[in-house]
Order: sequence, then C-alpha cells, then structure tokens
Amino acid sequence: MAVTVVTNANFESEVLAADKPVIVDFWASWCGPCKMLSPVVEEISNTEDSVKVCSVNVDDEMELAEKFGISSIPTLLVFKNGQLANQSVGVIGKDQILQLTK
Amino acid sequence: MIDIIIIGAGTAGLTAAIYARRAGRTAVIFEAHAYGGQIINTPEIENYPGIANISGFEFATALYNQATALGAEVKMERVVAVSDNGAAKLVRTDKGEYECKAVILATGAKNRPLGLENEKALVGKGVSYCATCDGMFFRKKTVAVAGGGNTAIEDAAFLSNYCEKVYVIHRRDAFRADAKEVDRLKGRENVEFVLNKNVTGLIEDNGRLCGVEVTDKFSGEKTVIDVAGLFVAIGQAPDNTPFANVAALDDGGYIKAAEDCKTGTDGVFTAGDCRTKTVRQLTTAASDGAVAALAACGYIDSL
Repeated sequence: MAVTVVTNANFESEVLAADKPVIVDFWASWCGPCKMLSPVVEEISNTEDSVKVCSVNVDDEMELAEKFGISSIPTLLVFKNGQLANQSVGVIGKDQILQLTK
Repeated sequence: MIDIIIIGAGTAGLTAAIYARRAGRTAVIFEAHAYGGQIINTPEIENYPGIANISGFEFATALYNQATALGAEVKMERVVAVSDNGAAKLVRTDKGEYECKAVILATGAKNRPLGLENEKALVGKGVSYCATCDGMFFRKKTVAVAGGGNTAIEDAAFLSNYCEKVYVIHRRDAFRADAKEVDRLKGRENVEFVLNKNVTGLIEDNGRLCGVEVTDKFSGEKTVIDVAGLFVAIGQAPDNTPFANVAALDDGGYIKAAEDCKTGTDGVFTAGDCRTKTVRQLTTAASDGAVAALAACGYIDSL
C-alpha cells in the first residue's frame, strides 16, 4: 500500500476513521531531515499491512499542522481508533517508528 | 570476516567507505538513525570545494549513492559496543554481532542541548534545534535563539524574516560568529540581543513553551522573556561513551586522535566531528574519512 496524502478535508475519513493504527508524517519539501525520514515511512507503507501510513505536507496544510500543535518537522503522529496515541519529533529509525504503533 | 566496520553514516563514515571499497576492502557501515549525519539539516552548502551550491540532503544522498554503488553496505543498526580481541574486533549492535579486522568510529556529533529539566519534553512544543526546519511554525510570533556562534547568528537572521521579534540570548558579549554577520543582524529592527545571560529555565503553559528564564552572568539576576519558540544553537556534543574502552576520550567526550586518525587501540580509527580537532567542517570530515580508511587498509595489510 502506498502513502495516503492527507488534507484537512479527508483527515477524518482517512485517519480518524481508519480500522488500524495510522502513522501520519508531517513534512515539507524544504526540510532536509523530513526527506530522510519520508522514505523510511514509505517503506513501512509497503511492508507493514498492520498499519496505515499517511503524509501531510505542512506547506499545503498549515491548518492541520496548527490543529495538532506541530512546531517541529518531521513529526510523526500515531492515531489509534481515532485517538492520538503517540508522537515523535525528528529522524528516527524504522524499528522506532513501528514501536510507536505498538 | 568483514574487513572494515564503520560506525556512523555521515560525511566522514561514507567517505571512509568509498576509500575502503576503492582499496578493495569490504566495508559495512552501521547507522542508528538516517544516513547523512548533521549535514542533512543544512539547506545550502556553499563551502565544499568544487561544488558551488548544493543542499545538505542532496549532498548526503549523492555521497550515500556513491558509497553504496561501490559496494559498501549500510545497515540501520545502532552499535552498542566494540571489543578489541586483537586481530579481530567484535562489534555488537542492537540486532546482532559482527566480526571485523578494523573499526572506524565516525559517530559524529549531535546538537548540544541546554541540559534543562523539561527541555526534552518541550522538543516539538516550542523548543527546536533546527531553525530552517521549524522557523515557519513561528511566523509572526516572538522567539529566542540561544547561542553566539555562526549557527545561532544565521538562525536569528533567518527567523527575523518570519517572526515578529527575535531575541538572541548569549552567555558572553563577544561572538564567535563572523563579525559581518553579527553587524548585519544588529541592524535588523526586530532583533534584540540579550547578552551575558544564560538560559536557565523553560517556562511552559499547557505543555508548550511560553517563555524562557535568563540569568545574568554577573549579577545573578533572573528575568523572564515571553517567547513561543526557543531555537537552541549552542554547538554540538559527541556521544562516544559506548566506545571509551577502545578509544580514549577528552573532557568534552571527543575521541582523542591526531590528524592520522589513530586511536590508542591498534585497528581502531576515528574520523570526523567525533574526533578532537579545531575545525569541524564537511571538508575536514571527508578528509578524516579518507585518512582513517587508508590507515585501516594499511593496518589490515600488516596483519
């Protein structure tokens, strides 16, 4: 499965209503560390069926970033059953990302 | 047995891998986070010889591709210990154990935290170590930069383009940063210098940073500055404690080694920002990578 691009409009249906844990990657094209993290997140979307992976481009979705108080990127938010369950700031490894969903 | 294990996939480590592979040696690089090292935080590199302008991400990716195309293997594992068994070194990671003939410690350095109690909890909630990554989230807000080096001054200049006001908090009244850049910053209307003061407290409201407490170096007087963001730019710190058994460390935690990149242990070398040195730049990291790799190859030849 590929990474689902999430906007303010589809956040509820794609993230909050999902039937499995969702990793949401907040990123921007001008953020170097984000570009290091995004391929790892994408890899998870291809190899791990037990989680859903979404991405939010903060340049396009400032409102969504503000809603979750994002003030550093990359930030990963993990949602379970529509609730924010975990979060992480900065570049982390695949294992650490998966740990957030456990 | 692997010929050379390199710990750290930053500029020094990847360069070492390129030299090791070109010398016909097998090279495995272990990296705990992401390849590239500190340079991935730099939007524009303009001081690498032969490359007029490149982003840190592009540079890191090109270096990674060059090393892996030559046959270097990068494993995303955190190295927790290195033991010296003479002709063989044992490298233990969070996933397994590997034997090799020589080790290059290229562990780099990380942003130095202020060391305040609630600092870690406020990362991503007002405390940041990367102005170019996070500045836009503080548009039209008041922020502070802690530090007096080039990074702090560049960060403050960058932030002053977005933010309503930028305080530059520095523990001295002289700057390590380029005088020209400091003067240029002083000319900006929305920048205020807070000198001879240390950041001694982070004030939070509902889990987010809302101010910093600063203490005057001379009078000890404490004042509070209301800010929505604090950008910490007080230099780097190494993390070599897991390797102190094979490489002597100085008081700052850097690996004691001269320009020959040799640690006190035969077959263990060091390269890049983790080594004691005066100039920590991309060029010196690359230089160390070459020196350490060729020294490791020479060592293996002598076995």
